[in-house]
Amino acid sequence: MAASAPQCAGSGVSNAKLGVWLFLASEVMLFATLFTTYLVLRLGSASWPRGWETLNVPLAMMNTFVLITSSVTMVLAYAKAVERDLAGFRKFMGITILLGFAFLAVKSVEYGTKFHHHHYPSTNIFFAIYFTMTGLHGLHVIGGIIVNSALYYLSGKEWDHPLFVGRVEGAGLYWHFVDIVWIFLFPALYLL
Amino acid sequence: MVTHDAAHDQHAQAPSGWLRAYVFSVDHKVIGLQYLMTSMLFLLAGFGLMLLMRWQLAFPGQPIPIIGKLLSPSLAPNGVMTGEFYNALGAMHGTIMVFLGIVPLAVGAFGNYVLPLQIGAPDMAFPRLNMMSYWLYLPGGLLMLSSFILPGGAAQSGWTSYPPLSIINPGQTVWLLAMVIIITSSLLGAINFLVTTLNMRARGMSLWRMPVFVWAQLVTSVLLLLAFPPLEAAAVLQFMDRVAGTSFYIPSDLVVLGLRHRASGGGQPLLWQHLFWFLAHPEVYVLVLPPMGIVAEIMAANTRKPLHGYKTIVLGMISVGVMSFVVWAHHMFISGMSPILSNFFLVTTMIISVPSVAILTCLIYSLRGGSIRFTTPMLFALAFLPMFGIGGLTGLPLGLTATDIYLHDTYYVIGHFHYVVVTGSIIGLMAGVYHWFPKWFGRKMDDRLGRIHFWGTLLSMNGVFFPMFIMGMAGVSRRLWDPTAQAHNLTTQHLNVVSTASAYLLLLFQAPFIYNFFHSIFKGQKSEENPWQATTLEWACPSPPPHGNFEKPPCVYREPYDYSPRGCERDYIPQNVEAA
Ligand code: HEM
Ligand SMILES: [Cu+2]
Repeated sequence: MAASAPQCAGSGVSNAKLGVWLFLASEVMLFATLFTTYLVLRLGSASWPRGWETLNVPLAMMNTFVLITSSVTMVLAYAKAVERDLAGFRKFMGITILLGFAFLAVKSVEYGTKFHHHHYPSTNIFFAIYFTMTGLHGLHVIGGIIVNSALYYLSGKEWDHPLFVGRVEGAGLYWHFVDIVWIFLFPALYLL
Repeated sequence: MVTHDAAHDQHAQAPSGWLRAYVFSVDHKVIGLQYLMTSMLFLLAGFGLMLLMRWQLAFPGQPIPIIGKLLSPSLAPNGVMTGEFYNALGAMHGTIMVFLGIVPLAVGAFGNYVLPLQIGAPDMAFPRLNMMSYWLYLPGGLLMLSSFILPGGAAQSGWTSYPPLSIINPGQTVWLLAMVIIITSSLLGAINFLVTTLNMRARGMSLWRMPVFVWAQLVTSVLLLLAFPPLEAAAVLQFMDRVAGTSFYIPSDLVVLGLRHRASGGGQPLLWQHLFWFLAHPEVYVLVLPPMGIVAEIMAANTRKPLHGYKTIVLGMISVGVMSFVVWAHHMFISGMSPILSNFFLVTTMIISVPSVAILTCLIYSLRGGSIRFTTPMLFALAFLPMFGIGGLTGLPLGLTATDIYLHDTYYVIGHFHYVVVTGSIIGLMAGVYHWFPKWFGRKMDDRLGRIHFWGTLLSMNGVFFPMFIMGMAGVSRRLWDPTAQAHNLTTQHLNVVSTASAYLLLLFQAPFIYNFFHSIFKGQKSEENPWQATTLEWACPSPPPHGNFEKPPCVYREPYDYSPRGCERDYIPQNVEAA
């Protein structure tokens, strides 16, 4: 009850990092909802096409490697930021951004051939969920590219800002999350 | 000490320039007041829509006086509203009240202004994000409201937007777009509140020393953070159904007006209901917990004794929050569900009522032995207890499958949840306006006008909603454009007149409030730092607080409600005072 010596209060995690983790928690709920939808629709359907019969597995496989590699380069970029090596940071961040674009390029080739074969979201429930989930994931990739490019650009001016490394770490967490979502999407849509 | 990054680097000096100071401000107090004004206007708008509907319900087929002439003939030929327009008004009433009225008022306004002060923080953790939340909320809300004049009109499928109707009806696309914007705004806000509460507390403000209001906002933010994304995803799917021709919610071989629907089919309408209620049940706690927190603060300050069972209240709020994720399908007992599932949701619903009752009991018990000050905020707080109680208890029959099968979709349901959100939430929020007004503007609101507002509001609210229980039990359906179209409704039609008359009275009794509010901002009686002799930290800084809030960061030495401590000449010791 009575007075006691005040201690500092706080979670011990920096604001930015805590904010990113909470944001990712909400993102998990978003994609969990979509995966649940996928399951419910699939279990409720009389027939469901095998992913590999209608989708291009080799292309998607390649995209999986592209994303995983970009996660590795993201970690390296963060490591360079911690080591205060600006040139190294730029190199790996640059590669991460380019790999993001590569993923999108492959994805648009895939979409293009689908449209060419008259497979649209309205075609059937399988393509509906395929386009919606990969589309939303694609938007997340674009978001990640924007954040990463902003950090690349800002690294000139704000390299010595006390929060810069924390921001790179936050962007990294997000980028890994986008990667993980794809790692679930790939088997769910293409392989099972 | 954790780095208070954003707050510090942006808050070293006060903003200069009118635009930065009042419009695109990053100060949590300005943003709080922006939310306050905007959400109260939306509440008034949502109320106005309902007043039009109430006329049609009481006097079906008779032209609406005055306003009927102003409405376009496509909405109300000869001043009598069409069924479609009635549906649009109803859907927009529900949506506006819930998502643009109460939540932004309870969280955006009260949370934003009061929470950082109560934990002794200079601002929110992410001030710029805070500004962005408001600047997503306002355009999202305006987009929602403007759907009345856009081609296709406003959404007509209820605030619940059940498919397949919502996929077929016009107007729904704008509703979905606006919802996604509003949800994004809420999500950003929730992240900000959580980080602020976890990281920005003053020295000595341990979790168990946080005021109940802060706990309420904390639990609310968790609910917003985890329950809103599923609705966002569900809204995206519905959007795809409308715009890209997918069939997530359209079953195979759907026939509309005798024609086979063009979509490929294979989807599941019930899926929407699950996703919607997975949000919308936690949402009712978002509507209720902050007002409960407000009422607790006011009761402690006006009974001059510590809250009875502070920890029980907090643990009650946390368990309500957790439980609220596993009860959603009690809204769907008659939608089609296996008995095993409906029994599960029946049981969880009964369990979740336990902590709610515990909280209310603690609050009622807090009155015992207090030397009660009957201030205007206290009157509202006192009224909250029985009124919210009625709302809660009338919910139990809706959680039991056997009774719900009869009561579902009748006016009984409308009565039940309006007792919760109107005589509960709104009464609690009004209590908060009177309580914190001196902090916001450095002046008090007038007590005599406050009392007129209080008694008039309380009586007319009961006049609006009590008849609905009787009508519902007599079998009157909700969402009914013309109640007299069904013979069994005729016996209770006079109650619709009572309800409508009370609704207009309710509008009338808001006049003293609106006058009092604006008059007191400029001419009210000057108030010092701590006009209620309260203990929590928001009263330890000037009224209104300057930029950065506290002159020097406060230190916290004790529990939040140290009222009438033994052996002390004052009857309260503020949290930031070391020795008695
Ligand atoms: C204070 C004045 C209010 C009055 C007179 C009022 C009256 C009504 C009535 C009569 C209905 C039923 C309409 C129908 O079934 O056709 C209704 C529906 C509804 N109200 Fe209110 N209400 C008020 C405030 C509120 C508030 C503050 C909230 C929310 C927090 C709210 C949320 C709703 C919702 C969600 C519905 C269901 C809409 C739907 O069926 O889609 N109302 N209201
Ligand atoms: Cu519920």
